[in-house]
Amino acid sequence: MSAPQTNPTATRITYREACKQALREALLADSRVFLMGEDIGRYGGCYAVTKGLLKEFGEERIRDTPLSESAFVGAGVGAAMAGMRPIVEIMTVNFSLLALDQILNNAVTIPHMSGGQFAIPLVIRMATGGGRRVAAQHSRSLEGWYAHIPGLRILTPATVEDARFMLKGALADPNPVIIFEHVMLYNMESDLSSDVTEVDIARAMTHRPGRDVSLITYGGSLSKALQAADALAADGIEAEVIDLRVLRPLDTKAILESVSKTRRCVIIDEGWRSGSISAEIGMRIVEEAFFELDAPLRRVCSREVPIPYAAHLEDACLPQTATIVAAARELVRPT
Amino acid sequence: MTSKVHLDHAHLLHLLKAMIRIRRFEAKCVELYQAQEILGFLHLYDGEEAVSVGVIEALTPQDAIIATYREHGQALARGVDPGCLMAEMMGKLNGCCRGRGGSMHFFDRSHRFYGGNAIVGGGLPLALGVALADKMQGRSSVTACFFGEGAVDEGEFHETLNLAKLWRLPILFVCENNRYSMGMAVERAEADIDFVHKASGYRIAGEKVDGMDVVAVESAAKNAVDRVRSDSEPYFLECQTYRFRAHSMFDAQLYRSKDEVEEWRKKGPILRFRTWLEANRLIKAEELSTIEEAVEKEIAAAVAFAAAGGLEPVSEIDRFVTMEAIPS
Repeated sequence: MSAPQTNPTATRITYREACKQALREALLADSRVFLMGEDIGRYGGCYAVTKGLLKEFGEERIRDTPLSESAFVGAGVGAAMAGMRPIVEIMTVNFSLLALDQILNNAVTIPHMSGGQFAIPLVIRMATGGGRRVAAQHSRSLEGWYAHIPGLRILTPATVEDARFMLKGALADPNPVIIFEHVMLYNMESDLSSDVTEVDIARAMTHRPGRDVSLITYGGSLSKALQAADALAADGIEAEVIDLRVLRPLDTKAILESVSKTRRCVIIDEGWRSGSISAEIGMRIVEEAFFELDAPLRRVCSREVPIPYAAHLEDACLPQTATIVAAARELVRPT
Repeated sequence: MTSKVHLDHAHLLHLLKAMIRIRRFEAKCVELYQAQEILGFLHLYDGEEAVSVGVIEALTPQDAIIATYREHGQALARGVDPGCLMAEMMGKLNGCCRGRGGSMHFFDRSHRFYGGNAIVGGGLPLALGVALADKMQGRSSVTACFFGEGAVDEGEFHETLNLAKLWRLPILFVCENNRYSMGMAVERAEADIDFVHKASGYRIAGEKVDGMDVVAVESAAKNAVDRVRSDSEPYFLECQTYRFRAHSMFDAQLYRSKDEVEEWRKKGPILRFRTWLEANRLIKAEELSTIEEAVEKEIAAAVAFAAAGGLEPVSEIDRFVTMEAIPS
């Protein structure tokens, strides 16, 4: 990746610190905001995101919960219905399956089914993704599943800026929002400009313009796509890198604009290929921009197996820079 | 601290009327179901009326209610307009949820009625959140959380009771033990059928009450609600009751005998209470007929209201998938 540029108004912080600052700002701004989750208090958060918040805000607002995902997510739904602005942390997406009933059958159903009598202004944060050598039950990427569900907004902050400011937008949304934080990003460091105080939670972002092929991705795969674009540039191929940022509702317009320009597209998605968000993106391109394409669509997804522990096996399962480069090169210069 | 139920004449008649109102409302629902004006599932409360009437008598308008898919009784006892409920069942725009929820999903924000939930156990965690929100915002409200004994099989029951006690939340858990979760008899589903004992495993105090006796339920609920409110602690009420009809509108009832149903019918809450009132000369024949006439009139008006309602235009089907603002 290119060297960080010096910016006098910027501070260099980690993604983890950005998440924490966002939570702290939310707690300071609105007394209705409180946090619930496993080990977010005394332990400091299993990814240390909430470290220090208990001391500053106390046990009423930083609520350590027992290992009862369904109950505390449902408590978040009920509290949101009764006037609070809960932020619920689920340790990882893998455990969110134990709370799926509350998310699907209550949080996203009640506003519509009650004829608009109740809104559920609930924010759920969870870690997602693989790469930490923790095997199948801790390495899944299920954000694409959640993006299937009408009524949810799905955010996938891939940059320090989005980690810092997407929460504000999520809390202003009267609907349930899930923020997926990729586990490999927490230690990522980047400049955060003091000029930026908010970001939108609706649009995709072009991280790098290019004319030959679109690399469409999100979350933990963004840095891999940017590295792939560097490698392709050395080869004379100009890749455009799009960070979706929001998986639901999808910024279809941005996708179509990019693909209409480059006429070739690789979608990089850490989810499994079958029935995935990458499948949805591909289908929208086919429906709306089929005649703009000069080549078939390509996808780089996770291999359709439970992610194994052994490093070489896990690496073989996840999207990698080299596989992205190979897929893009094959489209632009077929052998 | 014990709050006595004031068994004055007017109150006794009020309790009887409240139960008859539910029974007749549902009898009308059956007719409309047979005429295919009401579709889908229709879970009748026939036999269990004393539970919702007794418990809800103990609540104030500031208290909250979480109910199940068998919630006609709770909604009526709470004072939700029967016209809106009937219209909801008939899928009409003037229904309490614009016809989107139907029989199993009554919601009424103005009555703090947080649904009608058709996932067994799914309402219990919501009760935690509503009670927590009330407590954090300094309101002294109680959340009455109704569920059947079948919900006790679910993990959400156990998670919720634990958290309610741990966080000292003002929740009245009302277990409507009608002895069957669909066709599964309680003895066949539970290693321990003593639900108060189970609640005690989470150090939640509770008691069993004869759910076929409206005065007993009201009395127990009043004490329980006082206690929940003053101590900010959950309490558990197991109301032992019985469903006279099928789980939903039709089933072959292979899971229980006709004799068993007949035995329970003799203990029916309306029959029993009315008989007791008559035996003690607490009700006159004309008072009973006045009640019945008033109920018939109210239900006829509800049906007329529902029948006159229009249908939600299909063009509005996407409304409220996402909300534009938080309703105040």
